[in-house]
Amino acid sequence: MKVLVAVKRVVDYNVKVRPKSDMTDVDLANVKMSINPFCEIAVEEAVRLKEKGVATEIIAVSVGPQQSQEQLRTALALGADRAILINTDETLEPLAIAKCLKAVCESESPDIILMGKQAIDGDNNQTGQMLGAMTGYGQATFASELTIDGGNATVIREVDGGLQTLALPLPAIVTADLRLNEPRYASLPNIMKAKKKQLDTTTPGDLGVDIANRVTLLGVELPAERAAGIKVEDISQLVDKLKNEAKVIS
Amino acid sequence: MSTLVIAEHDNSSMNVATLNSVAAAQAIGGDIDILVVGTDCQAAAEQAAQVAGIGKVMVADNAAYAHSLAENVAPMVAEAAAGYSHIMATATTTAKNIMPRVAALLDVQSISDISGVVSEDTFKRPIYAGNLIATVQSSDAIKVLTVRGTAFDAAPAEGGSASIEVVASAHDSAKSSFIGEEVAVSDRPELTAADIVISGGRGMGNGENFDMLYSLADKLGAAVGASRAAVDAGFVPNDMQVGQTGKIVAPDLYVAVGISGAIQHLAGMKDSKVIVAINKDEEAPIFSVADYGLVADLFVALPELDAAV
Ligand SMILES: Cc1cc2nc3c(=O)[nH]c(=O)nc-3n(C[C@H](O)[C@H](O)[C@H](O)COP(=O)(O)OP(=O)(O)OC[C@H]3O[C@@H](n4cnc5c(N)ncnc54)[C@H](O)[C@@H]3O)c2cc1C
Ligand SMILES: Nc1ncnc2c1ncn2[C@@H]1O[C@H](COP(=O)(O)O)[C@@H](O)[C@H]1O
Repeated sequence: MKVLVAVKRVVDYNVKVRPKSDMTDVDLANVKMSINPFCEIAVEEAVRLKEKGVATEIIAVSVGPQQSQEQLRTALALGADRAILINTDETLEPLAIAKCLKAVCESESPDIILMGKQAIDGDNNQTGQMLGAMTGYGQATFASELTIDGGNATVIREVDGGLQTLALPLPAIVTADLRLNEPRYASLPNIMKAKKKQLDTTTPGDLGVDIANRVTLLGVELPAERAAGIKVEDISQLVDKLKNEAKVIS
Repeated sequence: MSTLVIAEHDNSSMNVATLNSVAAAQAIGGDIDILVVGTDCQAAAEQAAQVAGIGKVMVADNAAYAHSLAENVAPMVAEAAAGYSHIMATATTTAKNIMPRVAALLDVQSISDISGVVSEDTFKRPIYAGNLIATVQSSDAIKVLTVRGTAFDAAPAEGGSASIEVVASAHDSAKSSFIGEEVAVSDRPELTAADIVISGGRGMGNGENFDMLYSLADKLGAAVGASRAAVDAGFVPNDMQVGQTGKIVAPDLYVAVGISGAIQHLAGMKDSKVIVAINKDEEAPIFSVADYGLVADLFVALPELDAAV
């Protein structure tokens, strides 16, 4: 079984981002970049499928600038077999990214596509669902458990009301939530080995994908600051403040 | 200009979250219709028809639409979208699952989690865990939007008497099937609709200790939430997670107990009106957003608080 894993290069989750001084966009100069945490979980799940003997080959794919090779190498160090970079310096939207991924699905014919539920830069939570529409495959988003049995996937999903279980014929798209697994750390020997693994580069143009953006970013602003609060001495002062100052309890 | 709001419902009743989208649609202006897709969902459709200011309610009632499977519902919505300038739904997990699939079927770029309407084609939305607010303009003919519920006050649930129109369309893709669900049952208010939310973090130590929060919540009529760390540790179920990748809440009062205040947690609660933090570490970042901070051991403070309210 062939697994395709989509990974995105994003700002590291520990970074508190700032706007550019002209407020046109986020300032990513000299900011630490990493593999999107949800994509890392997707890679880990692929590797576990391979360790269980369910998957035979894992292909990591990323759409982005040349530097995205770093995140593909991370995926290779975690256990992906080879990687594909769809190189562009444009900032693409989920619709265009899904179109690029669809082209890869056509050439690679994976049995399952593992993705993150959300990229923590744009917080869009769209690409997997869009790829589902374009390929016609079933989708199981926000997965916290994945089981493959022959030609079927059974997925437990985290939903607002609790947990939902779906069954899907393969090929299908699964997007990872936080509790799907806890990704391993890449070992030094595996990081070294990853440098020699195959990494092919193509472009949206080569894939024949129209990447024109439909949405324009007009600018960014900082969210409203909260007024500074106070420290209370004890519970009785707290309850007094909540009752008589904030008037939020009676 | 006309907006189609996709109702969030459980067939027997419409979820109030739908009313936040109606409010966002009103901010855009123009006619507003509601689409109810479900199975035996007449009761939900009748509730939708009572929402003030609605032109008509369309109802697609078919066995294939049980459990809101995206592969079946998305083509139905995409079909119904013809003739509308905006399609929107409140950003619940159901809508997040379906709306991007609708957008791709229509070949448009959806806009997630709008928190403000600037004009009919320009919207505000949080990015980077709410650390920045982006203003974005769509050039698509049909705008597919999800709406951040906490950013729009619910429109009135009653006062209207819209006509109900039956849409006889069925899409049964067989691309996924429902096996089962584990639904949390609670007498407490829903997390995203509660006036008061009390959340516990890793500092709670274990699941049993959450009983202290439940007891307090029941006295205050509050909902109980949690940080990711508390969910990951198995103290409480996933549907209680508040944050960037969990539920977004903005109650009148949010009480964070034993929660450090990571940006991913703040993303889900920092628009609350009044924030209280109880933490034994006076350096905890949660204090930077708290109106009232109490540096204390929660195992001492919570019983005192319980006795005082
Ligand atoms: C991609 C991604 C998405 C994420 N999404 C979310 C999300 O949606 N929601 C979320 O919450 N997190 C999310 N996180 C996790 C987040 O980064 C933090 O790890 C998490 O919020 C920490 O939870 P916590 O504050 O309960 O635990 P900790 O950071 O461990 O804090 C525990 C706090 O309890 C205090 N404490 C301990 N004992 C006591 C006591 N006896 N009395 C009083 N105080 C005490 C400590 O001083 C400490 O401040 C996400 C992370 C990533 C990478
Ligand atoms: N540029 C990209 N390259 C590869 N995969 C991506 C890219 N953008 C998004 N994805 C995938 O889609 C998921 C959801 O992203 P988003 O829809 O942007 O929140 C990510 O976790 C990735 O798996």
